[in-house]
Amino acid sequence: MSASASENSEIILETKDLNVFYGDKQAIHSVNMQVKKGTVAALIGPSGCGKSTFLRSLNRMNDFVSTARVDGKVFYQGKNLYSKKVDPVELRSQIGMVFQKPNPFPKSIYKNITWGPKINGFTGDMDLLVEKSLKRAALWGEVKDRLHDSAFDLSGGQQQRLCIARTIAMNPDVILMDEPCSALDPRSTQAIEDLITELKRRYTIIIVTHNMQQAGRISDETYFFHEGNLIESGDTKQIFTKPSVQMTEDYITGRFG
Amino acid sequence: MKNIKNLFIEKSIHLFLLISVSITILTTLAVIVLLGKESIAFFSEVSIISFLFGTNWSPLIEPQSFGVLPLVCGTMWIVFGSVIFAVPVGLLVAVYLSEYASDKVKSFLKPILELLAGIPTVVYGYFALTFITPLMKWFNPEIEVFNAASGAIVVGIMILPMIASLCDDAFSAVPSSIKQGGYALGANTFEVIKDILIPATKSRIGAATVLAVSRAIGETMAVTLAAGATARLTGDPFGSIQTMTAYIVQVTMGDAPAGGVEYLSSFAVGTLLFLMTLVMNIIGNQWVFKSRIRVV
Ligand SMILES: Nc1ncnc2c1ncn2[C@@H]1O[C@H](COP(=O)(O)OP(=O)(O)OP(=O)(O)O)[C@@H](O)[C@H]1O
Ligand SMILES: [Mg+2]
Repeated sequence: MSASASENSEIILETKDLNVFYGDKQAIHSVNMQVKKGTVAALIGPSGCGKSTFLRSLNRMNDFVSTARVDGKVFYQGKNLYSKKVDPVELRSQIGMVFQKPNPFPKSIYKNITWGPKINGFTGDMDLLVEKSLKRAALWGEVKDRLHDSAFDLSGGQQQRLCIARTIAMNPDVILMDEPCSALDPRSTQAIEDLITELKRRYTIIIVTHNMQQAGRISDETYFFHEGNLIESGDTKQIFTKPSVQMTEDYITGRFG
Repeated sequence: MKNIKNLFIEKSIHLFLLISVSITILTTLAVIVLLGKESIAFFSEVSIISFLFGTNWSPLIEPQSFGVLPLVCGTMWIVFGSVIFAVPVGLLVAVYLSEYASDKVKSFLKPILELLAGIPTVVYGYFALTFITPLMKWFNPEIEVFNAASGAIVVGIMILPMIASLCDDAFSAVPSSIKQGGYALGANTFEVIKDILIPATKSRIGAATVLAVSRAIGETMAVTLAAGATARLTGDPFGSIQTMTAYIVQVTMGDAPAGGVEYLSSFAVGTLLFLMTLVMNIIGNQWVFKSRIRVV
């Protein structure tokens, strides 16, 4: 049992019968999930099983896919995210997202980080915020002398850490990460994993990963998806040592997917 | 057998393309040679200095005077007036099309823009004369029938579709993942447009502006109909003016005997016009080129 999970069992994010469609095609089938505050949840499953789709429905990024339709409920701090009263713009400042491919803005490194806080009314010390965020994303040492260079001059791995830094700078409650390490070398991957472990004391993290060792190392709970269905979920150690569904075991041990 | 046939087709296509390219290049060269030859003849009678810096243009009435500034002034009224109107409005249209309009609205608006771009310019001239000018006179009866403002507005309407579609192209070249990154930080559409979309495309917006300017410089028919044919160095946009292109038309239509200095003057004006447009196009292309490298 993970210490943080047992100490703090308040549910921060919960889905109820969540279905997602692209046009007529159903990509997510009636998924129920409960994520406890201050934990790391790993979403695993073969390519195309709907992990990204599911993740995007948690901060309403699917709103931007014109064919996507969400049916069912997502509760965040007790409120249904898909009710009319919820403002998706405000919501996304509390539930941040790191994408699979690095997507820095065509701006300086410094402005990539300050832009989000600025438009959301942050009035504190920007220099300090930039330094703190970059340090936590393990990027500070590499960029501290060229903060005003274009973010496009960074390598792919550095760009991804910058995107993580700009998400942290918003100080969100929940961070959704879609395979954040797929473009990183082992050293930066290690840095990101350390960061996730450190962050989870204050934030809740939901991470999609294809790397089973990574899921095992950093997550408290694991969710296994297959063809849009949530096949099995539970404590990571238990899922990895004695899964109750054969398909989960096959996937984890690399027999398919 | 089949091979020989293919080879023949291949060769014919090659030859055809070569001829097409040659025609283009030869036409351009012919224009330059013609303009250059007649301009040299003109400048042997009128000094370049008095042409470029003279403030009185009266080629057809004695005493003759060939100061081109009044014509340049007329052209500038049209250029600035139309661009100041068309660039902001075109930008707004593009923003609306790319960020706010639903696919349905878009599929309706885009053909309308293309239609607007395809209307013959003389029709725009009539539109100015029979609609824009009367509308202006309704607000202020003092305004002349032929006036620069009416010409500028109608040229603005003419170049609007081009600016809107160039800016729309520029916006759609910005990867949607970058915009999504903005939304994921809790930005609203306005903030994404203002702080991400427009800064990322500013060089292409600049290029669109430059192309718009060169189109406005070269515009003839609509301007002649709307703004008149009185060469004046004036600060009043509600009076009649004459643009460089309008003067060339006037002379070519037979107001001046061929071979005389009046006739030659239209080639000098044409050369100046050509150089102005060329410079604008070079600047514009460079901007586009630079922006291709910057925005992936
Ligand atoms: N914009 C879209 N329009 C239509 N179908 C889509 C769209 N995005 C995803 N899909 C489909 O939905 C299903 C789930 O896709 P999704 O991207 O969520 O999978 P994934 O588990 O994240 O895969 P991967 O591990 O390769 O990233 C797939 O069948 C995919 O083809
Ligand atoms: Mg995915």
